[in-house]
Amino acid sequence: MSIETKPIVLTVDHLQKSFGDHEVLKDISFSIRQGDVVSIIGSSGSGKSTLLRCINFLETPTAGTISFHGKNADTEWNSAEYHAKVGMVFQSFNLFGNMTVLKNCMAGQMRVLKRDKKEAEEKALFYLEKVGMAPYRDARPSQLSGGQKQRVAIARALAMDPEVLLFDEPTSALDPEMVGEVLEVMRDLAKSGLTMLVVTHEMAFAKDVSGRVIFMDAGVIAEDDVPSEIFVNPKQPRTREFLSRVLQR
Amino acid sequence: MSSMPTSFFGWVGFILEKYGSLFLKGVQVTLIIAIIGTILGFAIGLLVAIMRAIPVHPNDSRLKKVLLKILSFVLSVYIEVFRGTPMIVQAMVIYYGSMQMGLRMQVLVAAIFIVSINTGSYMAEIIRGGIISVDKGQSEAAKAIGMTHWQSMVHVVLPQAVRNIMPSIGNEFVVNIKDSSVLNVISVNELFFMSKSAAGTYLRYFEVFFITACIYFILTFTVTRILRLVEMKMDGKSNYSIHGSQSDSKSSILFEAEGGK
Repeated sequence: MSIETKPIVLTVDHLQKSFGDHEVLKDISFSIRQGDVVSIIGSSGSGKSTLLRCINFLETPTAGTISFHGKNADTEWNSAEYHAKVGMVFQSFNLFGNMTVLKNCMAGQMRVLKRDKKEAEEKALFYLEKVGMAPYRDARPSQLSGGQKQRVAIARALAMDPEVLLFDEPTSALDPEMVGEVLEVMRDLAKSGLTMLVVTHEMAFAKDVSGRVIFMDAGVIAEDDVPSEIFVNPKQPRTREFLSRVLQR
Repeated sequence: MSSMPTSFFGWVGFILEKYGSLFLKGVQVTLIIAIIGTILGFAIGLLVAIMRAIPVHPNDSRLKKVLLKILSFVLSVYIEVFRGTPMIVQAMVIYYGSMQMGLRMQVLVAAIFIVSINTGSYMAEIIRGGIISVDKGQSEAAKAIGMTHWQSMVHVVLPQAVRNIMPSIGNEFVVNIKDSSVLNVISVNELFFMSKSAAGTYLRYFEVFFITACIYFILTFTVTRILRLVEMKMDGKSNYSIHGSQSDSKSSILFEAEGGK
């Protein structure tokens, strides 16, 4: 596979995170290459979201390092620059309630990347068009449905021209009928070559779209393989058990 | 003294005619104190609330942690002291205290200073509540696209916090219009002080303060209405237009949002 020859973008090295006495992440290590679409699956409480939040420093890791292009993301990267390059899409959308859809997609570009208004607007509209939300550019987040909000949130993240996009259960807060529209956007992104790290409960997405699946259990990576292996031929009993539980639905 | 009015409304008319300009002057001073006091109080409260919201990270330097602790302590003392003592007493202490220390403040300046600093202590807590009311996810999202704490405060959190606390800010404004009357103890010629002078001459306390009450009510009622309008303006349009796919605003259809506030 040619994927193996692509450069490594993001490396998580011996990452640990505890909340008080509770150890949520125990020694997590893996790296992703440019263009990888990696799904992280596992039961609730296995540490998937915490892992993503540590990568984006929304939680401060207790130990271990995150490197981006070989440089320590915490100490060798400027925080604003790193966050611009490693974007995040949240389960609860987190759109800025005081701004219209368009302004949501412009704020980061103007404040962080210091783009001028015209350029920011063009870029914002380009990505809003891409996720099918350009017609709603003047709407406020409170006036949109969940699926629409999430598509705007994806456009907001894309407008920063990120190299890696982290998705934290992007469809978990959506009505079933809206899950499809968001997954479709994510499918398109995966095809476009964006590097994606996706925490998800959508097994179909993990299986069909991602090139690699990480199964987390109790704060460790239990299995890390291509989807065909994980889903068809899981090595670990706990992977098998988890899959049988979620797939029989 | 032959043509003195005999009825209640006769007196009201007489006093209005005789002391109308006095009342107007009082209204003017009261409004100046209340408006400037509320605005400055808001500014102080904003500053205090922002300083108290500075996040501490586990890897921050020891010095920064200690300084923030001290700052937070000083600010809490300020809030507790000024919320915990009556403004009328603060006025006496500050005005006569500063005089005794050789600082001769103009009474109006002293009045504005007292109202501002008193309002600031309440505003600090109101604004803190406003900041808390903005979903934490939004500041996380701001951080996730690279905004600093300061940028996310200014562009995302505070605009929404201020919107959410507008009713409380209105309350403070109304309270300041009314409670500036206690400043008559330091002889500021605000509305209450002026009324007392007007009442003293003919000893018509009932009629004079009936007028005063009406004026206070008109002032507060007007202010409340105006603030309601400001709130509506802050909420923005409750409908939005859907733009045509050709990015042409002319082809847009007006779309009524369901449940728009």
